[in-house]
This record gives sequence, structure tokens and C-alpha cells, in this order.
Amino acid sequence: MKQFILKRLGLSVVTVFLVAVIVFFLTHILPGNVARQYLGRGATEEDLAEFRRVFGLDRSLLAQLFGWIGDLLHGDLGQSMQYRGPVSDILLPAIGYSSKLACVAFFLIVPISIAGGVIAAMNRGKKIDRAITVGGLSAAVIPEFVWAIVLVLTVGVTFQIFPVSAFPDEDNRSILNQIWHLILPSISLLLVLFGYIARITRAGVIEALESDYMRTAVLKGMTRRKAVSKHVLRNALLPTIAVIASQIPYLIGGLIAVEIVFNYPGFGTILKGAVDARDYSVLQSGVIVSSLVIVVFQLIADILFAVLNPRIRQKVTE
Amino acid sequence: MSATNIPTLELRSLEVAYTVRGIDREVLRDVSFSIAPGEAYGLVGESGCGKSTAAFAAMRYLPRNGKITGGAIFFEGKNIVEMADDEVSGLRRSAISMVYQNPATALNPTIRVGDQVAEVFQLSGVSKSDSLAMAQAALVQVQIADPAQVMRRYAHQLSGGMAQRVVIAMALASNPRLLVMDEPTTGLDATVEAEVLDLVRELRRDTGTAVLFISHNLGVIRNMCDRVGVLYAGALVEQGATADLFNNPSHPYTVGLLRCIPRGGLHKSADRLDTIPGTPPALGTHFDGCVFVDRCALVEDKCRTVQPQMVNVSDSHVARCLNSDKASAMPRSIEQIEYASQSGIHATHNGDTLLSINHLSKVFTQDGHKVQVINDVSFNLGFGETLGLVGESGSGKTTIAKLVLGLVSPEEGGVVTLDGKGLAKTLNRRDVHDVGAMQIVFQNPDQALNRRHSVTRIVGRAVERLRGFNVSDAIDRAHELLSGMRVEASLHSVRPVQLSGGLKQRVAISRAFAGSPQIVVCDEPTSALDVSVQAAILNLLVDLQKQDQTSFIFISHDLGVVRYISDRIAVLYLGRVVEFGTSQRVFNGPFHPYTEALLSSVPNVDGTIRKRIPLTGVVPSPSNPPSGCVLNPRCPRKVGSGYESLCESEEPDLNEVEPGHFMRCHIPVAKLKQLQS
Repeated sequence: MKQFILKRLGLSVVTVFLVAVIVFFLTHILPGNVARQYLGRGATEEDLAEFRRVFGLDRSLLAQLFGWIGDLLHGDLGQSMQYRGPVSDILLPAIGYSSKLACVAFFLIVPISIAGGVIAAMNRGKKIDRAITVGGLSAAVIPEFVWAIVLVLTVGVTFQIFPVSAFPDEDNRSILNQIWHLILPSISLLLVLFGYIARITRAGVIEALESDYMRTAVLKGMTRRKAVSKHVLRNALLPTIAVIASQIPYLIGGLIAVEIVFNYPGFGTILKGAVDARDYSVLQSGVIVSSLVIVVFQLIADILFAVLNPRIRQKVTE
Repeated sequence: MSATNIPTLELRSLEVAYTVRGIDREVLRDVSFSIAPGEAYGLVGESGCGKSTAAFAAMRYLPRNGKITGGAIFFEGKNIVEMADDEVSGLRRSAISMVYQNPATALNPTIRVGDQVAEVFQLSGVSKSDSLAMAQAALVQVQIADPAQVMRRYAHQLSGGMAQRVVIAMALASNPRLLVMDEPTTGLDATVEAEVLDLVRELRRDTGTAVLFISHNLGVIRNMCDRVGVLYAGALVEQGATADLFNNPSHPYTVGLLRCIPRGGLHKSADRLDTIPGTPPALGTHFDGCVFVDRCALVEDKCRTVQPQMVNVSDSHVARCLNSDKASAMPRSIEQIEYASQSGIHATHNGDTLLSINHLSKVFTQDGHKVQVINDVSFNLGFGETLGLVGESGSGKTTIAKLVLGLVSPEEGGVVTLDGKGLAKTLNRRDVHDVGAMQIVFQNPDQALNRRHSVTRIVGRAVERLRGFNVSDAIDRAHELLSGMRVEASLHSVRPVQLSGGLKQRVAISRAFAGSPQIVVCDEPTSALDVSVQAAILNLLVDLQKQDQTSFIFISHDLGVVRYISDRIAVLYLGRVVEFGTSQRVFNGPFHPYTEALLSSVPNVDGTIRKRIPLTGVVPSPSNPPSGCVLNPRCPRKVGSGYESLCESEEPDLNEVEPGHFMRCHIPVAKLKQLQS
């Protein structure tokens, strides 16, 4: 098991490194002169040279690449071109905010979607099954930022059930109130991801329900409910875990759009600001951070998968 | 009425239907039988005749689209059709258990085996810690060595025989009064099958449990059951005490089934196998008269209109046939093929060597360990000859076939020579002629045929590739081949999924014959088929061989089939040939101790009682073979032979013990003969 984790960890490091290289070159092959674009037409040659010197743009591409990666390894995300301060000062608080939103969204989406899938599977062919599968799929075709706007306008503005801002006022920032404010943005993500996760869960549960070992359990004299909880769920959730892990990048992408709609000072808002201002150092670091998150979650999913599935666990321990 | 007069299980006029595309289709038609306490009742019949449905109905467990449409099922006098769900669950917890066809999938893959057995005890209220101790005791009862260790394993870590023991332990844990066994040994090696059957017999003697035993294998049924019922198209057509029914079969279907089996020393050189013409009716077909009319050799007009009733053949034997007295003397059914031979290139080489393989070995690397799966195998194959390869799973049968075909490459020193020409080690370095000269027919035609292509295309492509025909010639030849294999012209444009198992296998054989092969490797070609279809396929292969002098390498775990079709036989154990000789010699003895044990484990449909020579223990891993003779830890003849120390220290050579009969054994053949007489 230890060996398996180490191997996966090594692969993750390689992945992040490759992402770093690709991101670096992508931002540097963008057309135009970074310094000129940033400082505008009025800048003099001296200004440009000074800008290039400060941000290290006068070095060769490879030197820049390795300098940047070296800095990253030391935890130095570089200097923001827009704010003239360390990128970490801007990015870290934003990541903090986004993590809160992601947590709330995750703990809303995963249990509800899985429960939806299990309920649909247990009532296969009945009305509730059709409602869940058709409803979930219909909801998923509408992008999360549209949902966000619709939700703000309906339950936020018209019915005033949820606050329309994702960020509470300064006078009450208790954890509960913060979570309360994050529910509406999370629901817009839930609506998009629910159909997908529920459908995979449903398929997994149906397969397990029809398995020979489920038949064995029932013919041992177990009640159906008990057989489901003991024999079905663990086997059925294996594919679901893989799907959820594969949806993490989508969740992050969704966060960006939703944060902007709800005017939430998270990672997505900062990243969009960086794109608008052509703040390459923030953009690069932002992408690295998000790839890191994706890789970590994939790793967790792999380990969880192995822990739940003795066949893989045995293979990885051999 | 005293308690002993109440049958443990009684099906009374049971009707079961499956709803397919909105229409109810009859699966069981008016089925009635009863099982007395302690009795073993067997149900036989081909696939799709309703055996398993009857078994699951007895558990009141039908598929989602299945329902009981009439009749009743009594368990100890109580109708379980009308019982509440709780009550049925209660019966399953305490009185009725089931053993399934596929033990590996019947166990939950993510829960330890011990916990799954313990669950049964917990369901009847035993505490968790006590239940684990009881589970371990249950594993001891089914003769699992090292039960403490097995308790902690998962299903995928068990061999097939071991998994079935666990399932049996689970079934017996509730002390059932009725045990339903649905094809419990299908898919297991003959030696493992024999052990499981011995175990069931012993447990039955100890516990007095009544058994409903479902099998397509008439030999197994004959050896396990007190009474037998024969199902056809969902109807019980014959029933009787086992010996009566087998010795005097009185329904044409039963007679046909028994005649299909290659048994009692039948050989292709002298005897052609009977078949049952036609195919079983589609699910839910309605019959005004007898269900067997379409395939019956004794059919008369009245059979089509009058539903036959059960008539007494003897006190303990009934048959549902208007002509039951004539059944056992009914005319034989033998079909001939008309196969248009086109090759004609190797017609009269009889006796010469066609294929010779020398010193083939194969080492696989598994988790960093070297595993020698084939160890220095050599043999010759003549023109028009069939070589049978037999041995337990893991003995290397299929690997040898793959080596010959070039699907895996042999180790240094191994040579395959075809018609005097050394062949390249791997398939992609062999030319089209060499590839076409050796072809294979697989066990499972479902997986071997491309389901997206039509039958003509499957065969036509092979003709194109291997014979270099243009498309239209290839299609003509494909039609010719298919018609020759008795695949009707109306079926040439369909896809394999629309064909029955037997027809699919005929298509697969047509494909193998597309390149006018000199050698066809048949890897368990009839193992997935019903006996009547098996007989037709074997007849087809024999006909093809007679016409074209085609040679076969025939792999099967069914020794009766191998004996029937083979001219010579190689018995394999742990990647070594342990015995080699003519079919006659290998099956009539003197035997190699391994062959002896293998042969004695086959349940005999003739009902002659044979003493089983057990092979103790499990097949050792080829990564760590025993020292000396590889068979010695399991050898039934080692102890007391006087050669014990030699057996344990030195590996014997393959010696010619009689003219044309080779054995790898230290014990002299005269001594073996004496021990085996």
C-alpha cells in the first residue's frame, strides 16, 4: 500500500511539473509583448526595459522557466504585475474563501447526489426514478452561471429566502452565517453535477442489486433493506467515487463562474481579474494551484478506491 | 397424518411465466413433483428448459419479470406462494438454503469470506463473536484446510472448488431441511467436481437434508439422486427412481439425451453419435399437444392435438408420452453433412507426420517470479489424426495450443515443424499459408465472433485473407462453407447474436475452415453447449476430418468427449506430459496414477460404481513445483509402491512403457497394472 501511494505521489509530482511547463509556455506564446501590453502605448523604452528587468522577462525563456519553477518550489509565487505585491498575498486569501465555498458545495453535492442515485435505483422504473433521472439530466444541461443568475433572481430577489451575496456583512461573520450565504452558490453547482453523479450512482446500485451476491444475501433470509445496506452500497459506490473525483476539475471551473455572479472574492474572481489585467504571474500561479488541487483529489480518490476494493488493494500491496 | 408423510417440498401444477415485451410467456407448464425428507431429487434437461426457474421458484425467488401464474409450492405442507415476505425470509434463514452455479460471483467481492458465512448465524440471532467461531466450524465441516486463514480471504482469492465449499458451508449453516443446488459443479474441474459431490453426499448422510439437485450433466444426476425428473420446454416429461429411469428411459426426449452422450468407450472410428434434430421451442411457445412434437422421432398426428398424461412405466416411474412403450426402441437420429472440400492438397498422406513439436517450454514472469507453465513438451501429430489434450485447469492445455499457433512464442530451443517446414515462433512472422494452415475454434463463440458483422462477412473475411480470394468469390465460398456446416442459407445474413449456441459454433468452425486448414485446434469447443448440440458438433468435426484429412488438437475437460474423438491422447500435469498414447491405451490402462485419478473422478452415466481414486490437496503452483516427480505430494499410488524416496527426489522421464504408450512415472508399469487391477 505504501509503495502504491508513493508511486501515485511520484506521478502526481510529474503531472504538476508538466502542467507548470505547459502553462508557462502557453502564457509566453500569447501574441504581443507582455511589457508593452501591460504598460500601454505611452510607455517609453526605458519603462519597458525596467518592467522586463523587474519581472525577469529579459532572461532567456528557459532561464525564466527554471527560475519560476525554482521560485515555486520555495513557495515564492512571484510578484503580481497588477498589484505590485507578492502573488501569494493576493492568492492565498482568495483560496481560503474559495475553499469554504468548495467545501460547502462538496458536502451539499455529494450526499444529495448519491442519495438521489440510490433512491432512483431502489425505485427503478417508478415515478420517483424518472423524476430524478430526467430532472437531474435536464438541470445539468443548463450551465452553472445561468443557474446562479436564475437562483439569485428567484429565491434571492423575488422570494428573498437566501441572501443574494455570497459574502456576509462585516457585523455577522459567524461560521453558520458564512455557510448560509454560500448555500445558494453551491446549489447552482449542485444542479449541474447532481444529474451526472446520481446517474452513475444509480447504475452502480442497480448492478449491485442484480448481482449474484445480492441474491445470495436475500436467499440467506436477509431483509431487502439490510441486504442493501450491507451488500450493495459499498460495491455500488466504487464507480461513484471515481466519477466524483473526475468532476473536481469541473467543480473548480464552475466555482470561477459562480463566484463572479455572486461577487465572491474567491480564487475565481481573482483569476478573472488577472485575465482582464493580463497579470501573468497571478494567472500562472493560479493555474498551478488549481492543478495541484485536482491532482490531490485524484490521489485521494485512488487511495479511497483501493481501500474499498480488496481486489485492487491486494494488487497494490503485492 | 404423521409428520413423516408430509413431503419436504412439493410443487403442485406449478405454472411460471416471464413477461417479455409485455407478453407473459410460459416457462414452467403444470410441473408437479415432491421431495420426501432426506431424499435427493434431480432435475435434468437442456438449457432453457426451466430447471433453474424451478429451483428459484422453490426459494420463491424469481427474476423481476417472472411470476407464478398457477399452482402451488408447499414446503412441509405450507404453501409458500401465499406466504408473507417475512415468513419466506424466516424460512430462508432457518429451513431452505441454496447453492449456486457460479460460486465466485455468489460471494460478495468486498466482504471477507468468514464474515459472509458468519452473517448466516447472526441472522438467526447469534452474537458477532460467537458467529465467527461458528463460521470457522462450518468451514471445517466442508473440509477446508486451514479455515482460520480462509476466513480472512476475499472471494477472488479462492479457487473455484474452494469458493463452492464456502457457499455450501453458508448454505448448511442454517441447518436447512431443504437444500436447493443449482448446477453446483458446472465449471469445476472433474477432480474438484468429484470432491464437491463426495462432500455433498457425506453431508447428506450426516444431516439427512432433502436436496433438489439441478444439473444438465446426466452422469452427475445419476450419481447423486434418488429420483429424477426430466424437464423439456418447461414441462416434466418423465420422472422416476434414478436406476429405473436411466435403465429404461421411456420418453423420446430422455432416450435422445442419453444417446447423445459419448460414453462407455464409444469411438468415432466405429460409432456415430445420435443427435436430437431441431432446437428447443422458443420461450412461451404454445402447444395444443405434446411439447416435444417438433423433435420427436415417434411423433403421430394425435401427439399434436392431445396433451399426453403421465403414464405408469413401473410403480416408481412415469412418462408423459403416448408411445412410452416404444421410446427406448425409437429409430436412431444421425445426420450427415455435405461439405464441399476444395483443398484436396493433402488427401492421402495417412500415417505420416504432419506436425511435430519439439522441446516446447514456456516461462511467464508474474510479479517478478518466473513461472514455468510448459516444461519441455514434445509430440507428433499425423495427417487426419486427432490429438486430445487433457488435464486439470492450469495444466497447460491452452498454453500448448497457443504455442503451436504462434500466439505466444516458445523459449529458446522449442521448435514447431509443419509438414517438414520449421515455423516462425510468432504468428506475425508466419506467412498467410502457415496462418491458414493452423486455425482455432474457441470454447465461447459469443466472444470469438464479431457481433457487429454478419455471418457471411465473418467467414468471408477469413476466406479473403487466408485464401486470397476476391470479395465476391470469398462470399460464394463462405456460403458454401456455411451450408456445408448446416447453417441454412436464410441465416447467412444475420448477426451472431441471433443464432443459437450450436449455430454460432458452426459459424466459428466455418471460419476456422476458411483457409483449408491442415490443423484445427479445438479449445473446449463443446463445453458451453447442450449434449444434443455437442453430439452434432462432434459429428461435424469427424465428418470434416474424414473428408479432408484435417488434423485436430482437441482440448476438453470432458473425458468422454476426448475419448470419443481422439486417436491419441496426451495427459498433462503442471505443464508436463505425464502420459501419452492411443485413446484405447490411455483409457483402458494400465494408467499413469494421475490419469487413473482423473478418470475415476468422472461421474458415470452408465451407473456402474467405480471406486474413486482421490487426488489429495490442490494443484501446486507452477512457480514453486514440488521436488522430484511433480505429482508426488498428491500421487494416489506413491505410498506403498516402494519407490517413495525416488518419487520425492528425482523427476521421472517420459518412458515408453508399452509400444506407443508413454508414461512419466517411477513405478514400473507391471506394478501399476497390478495395483490397478
